[in-house]
Amino acid sequence: MTVWHIILIASIAVLALKLAGFTIPAAWAEKPTVARLANLLTVSLLAALIVVQTFGSARGFEVDARLPAVAVAAMLFSLRVPFIVVIIAAALVAAGIRALT
Amino acid sequence: MTDGIADGVAHRKRHPARSPEVSAAIRSSFAVGLAVAAYGISFGALAVAAGLDVWQACVLSLLMFSGGSQFALVGVLATGGTAAGGAAIASAVLLGARNSLYALRVAPMIGPGVAKRLLAGHWTIDESTAVSTAQPTLTSQRAGFWWTGAIIYVGWNLTTLLGALIGDQLGDVSQYGLDAAAAAAFLGLLWPRLKQLQPIVVAVGAAVVAAVLMPVLPAGLPVLAATLVAVAVGLTNWLGTRESDLAEAEPDPMGER
Repeated sequence: MTVWHIILIASIAVLALKLAGFTIPAAWAEKPTVARLANLLTVSLLAALIVVQTFGSARGFEVDARLPAVAVAAMLFSLRVPFIVVIIAAALVAAGIRALT
Repeated sequence: MTDGIADGVAHRKRHPARSPEVSAAIRSSFAVGLAVAAYGISFGALAVAAGLDVWQACVLSLLMFSGGSQFALVGVLATGGTAAGGAAIASAVLLGARNSLYALRVAPMIGPGVAKRLLAGHWTIDESTAVSTAQPTLTSQRAGFWWTGAIIYVGWNLTTLLGALIGDQLGDVSQYGLDAAAAAAFLGLLWPRLKQLQPIVVAVGAAVVAAVLMPVLPAGLPVLAATLVAVAVGLTNWLGTRESDLAEAEPDPMGER
């Protein structure tokens, strides 16, 4: 599979899911289990992606400058700092630690 | 606002029939839309850092147009390369599943017409759903949906291109902390969803599962395995309440915080 295949298959599938919502019966949205699963699925994926992106490396699991950067990001999000500012701050923390060590 | 008098005077600029509700909806659209569109820069830069070229980054934003799914796809590709393609696709698609529920909520506002519904489907994301469902009248809901969708679609694609071009010039991304920025981006998408005990428990459980499996499974699979936590808790509704189900179904974009 090339990068283009991956991009096109995933994009078409994500688009199809959006369009499916316009065709399936509206009563589905009222089902609490469906709504709950969709929400918790999103939560679990995002939480796992945070871990993989923070600790992932060629050797499997590694603690480095990304961890303090994510900790700073968590602090800023809790203070309701805007998204783009937090992202830049996290990048600066990691870059700063790497420049100094 | 006395529209009758204003119309009589005929000096009321371009939109003599715009109600206060619609004006408020359009203001919300700009506030949310511009804030969200701005972080397309981080997506573009991260996509290039993950090994995509500028065109591939732009096609994702044009065609997939769902921030979480796009970040997930390039995140898995960044660690696993094309060998993790299947897991990258699965992560993006699972993360896009919530858009189906948003579409169900938005569909009644859009009305009939195939072309209109296709475009509305493409623009059904966290932010357009949140802004439109927050409006009091049908016309203001419609205005909120279309304005938010249009502003983010145009803005997100322009900033993706800009970010990809910047990322192309940067070279070694870890030097600039872009890998940490990606982790922070996922945290930002997760943060507004952690208002109840149930999602917090699922988030912690999924994080532990992913961390434990990372050294033993190929890239991408730990993320998919972590979704089993959501399925187990979701089906049994452990720690859940009827009220929390309804509250959690509400999209809550960062832009509105």
